[in-house]
Amino acid sequence: MNEHHHHGHDHSDLSETELRVRALETILTEKGYVEPAALDLLIETYETKVGPRNGARVVARAWTDSAYRARLLGDATPAIAELGYAGRQGEHIVALENTPELHNMVVCTLCSCYPWPVLGLPPVWYKSAPYRSKAVKDPRGVLRDFGFEIPATTKIRVWDSTAEIRYVVLPMRPEGTEGWSEERLADLVTRDSMIGTGLPKQPHEVG
Amino acid sequence: MDGAHDMGGVPWTDPVQPEPNEPPFHAEWERRAFAITLAMGMPGGWNIDMSRFARENRPPADYLSKSYFEIWIAGLERLMAERGLVAPDEVAAGHALHPAKPVVRTLSAEGVAAMLHRGGPTERAPTGPARFAVGDRVRARMINPPTHTRLPRYVRGHAGTIAAVRGCHVFPDSNARGAGEDPQWLYTVAFDGVEIWGKESDPALEITVDAWEPYLEPA
Repeated sequence: MNEHHHHGHDHSDLSETELRVRALETILTEKGYVEPAALDLLIETYETKVGPRNGARVVARAWTDSAYRARLLGDATPAIAELGYAGRQGEHIVALENTPELHNMVVCTLCSCYPWPVLGLPPVWYKSAPYRSKAVKDPRGVLRDFGFEIPATTKIRVWDSTAEIRYVVLPMRPEGTEGWSEERLADLVTRDSMIGTGLPKQPHEVG
Repeated sequence: MDGAHDMGGVPWTDPVQPEPNEPPFHAEWERRAFAITLAMGMPGGWNIDMSRFARENRPPADYLSKSYFEIWIAGLERLMAERGLVAPDEVAAGHALHPAKPVVRTLSAEGVAAMLHRGGPTERAPTGPARFAVGDRVRARMINPPTHTRLPRYVRGHAGTIAAVRGCHVFPDSNARGAGEDPQWLYTVAFDGVEIWGKESDPALEITVDAWEPYLEPA
């Protein structure tokens, strides 16, 4: 990086990668392959519309509606579409139920497969070498990296997303939430609890 | 292919590092890299398996030195160069130097929502009965193709149990080579941790992979 750049000289502190991406977008636009407004809309969609709040609504619905829960666990793709979430990187979704006997965790050891319609784009750690290597061999070590443990007697099943099936974890409903509305319950559902690297928040952690 | 992307079980000393309140993107260039990659799928005409192979098919040192979206960009450049859409000299110059190649369609802003909603379903009508059923014992074949495959190294040669039959899906090993979809039955196969990692493994660990029928043989 150039320490002596002048104000207004806007290329001086751009990295090689930034310049390369800027060059590509310029070329693609000049050639008419991409439309800048479409690019802006793609970014806006995944920054403001598609994210883990979608999945949290699915989980909260399953916690409060046993018929919905059965549909979700039976065939998750149409059940999730009932709430309006569908499409790219979620064409074939399977929901995995956590129980006191079984904890589920999702990984993609080969790249970054992740259920976009319900969780949005994957976080950096999900795509990182430490997670992709360790999740299938030492998942309890991964959970410790996230600051929690599950009992040694609880079976752990790690789902490696090697095809186009996308997995989402249905975590256990926290104790002390009897009578809570779906909306309030959704505030307890964290992104990581739907990947299996976290647990839902406890009632005292939300207002 | 056997590459650095195939990370399951590879010893890695760094802990997993979660980032509180992580945003979808960490820099403006990541936003643009993401968007041009998605948008170019339409005029580019490649499929997801070709994209994955373009990203992973590189020397380990190169793969491991690039950030996630840097790999996306490297893959995109390769796919475009192979099809004559954007040449390396244009990337170096930062501007188009050659006439645009005619493309069948492009992504308009009006088309974004429909494109994302449509996605790319991979399930196809079965061409024959499934060879395996839930509960069957199977072994992941010992294969090391130089081309794209989705059978991770850490399960090859190991025995597991069919946990689910997922229908007939586009076969990546064929689709990535442009040799057609060649749909094959897809199974979720469960492996005991001890079978994969030996007797030092967590005895309460089970790992599943999704494996197409050609990856499996009876055990």
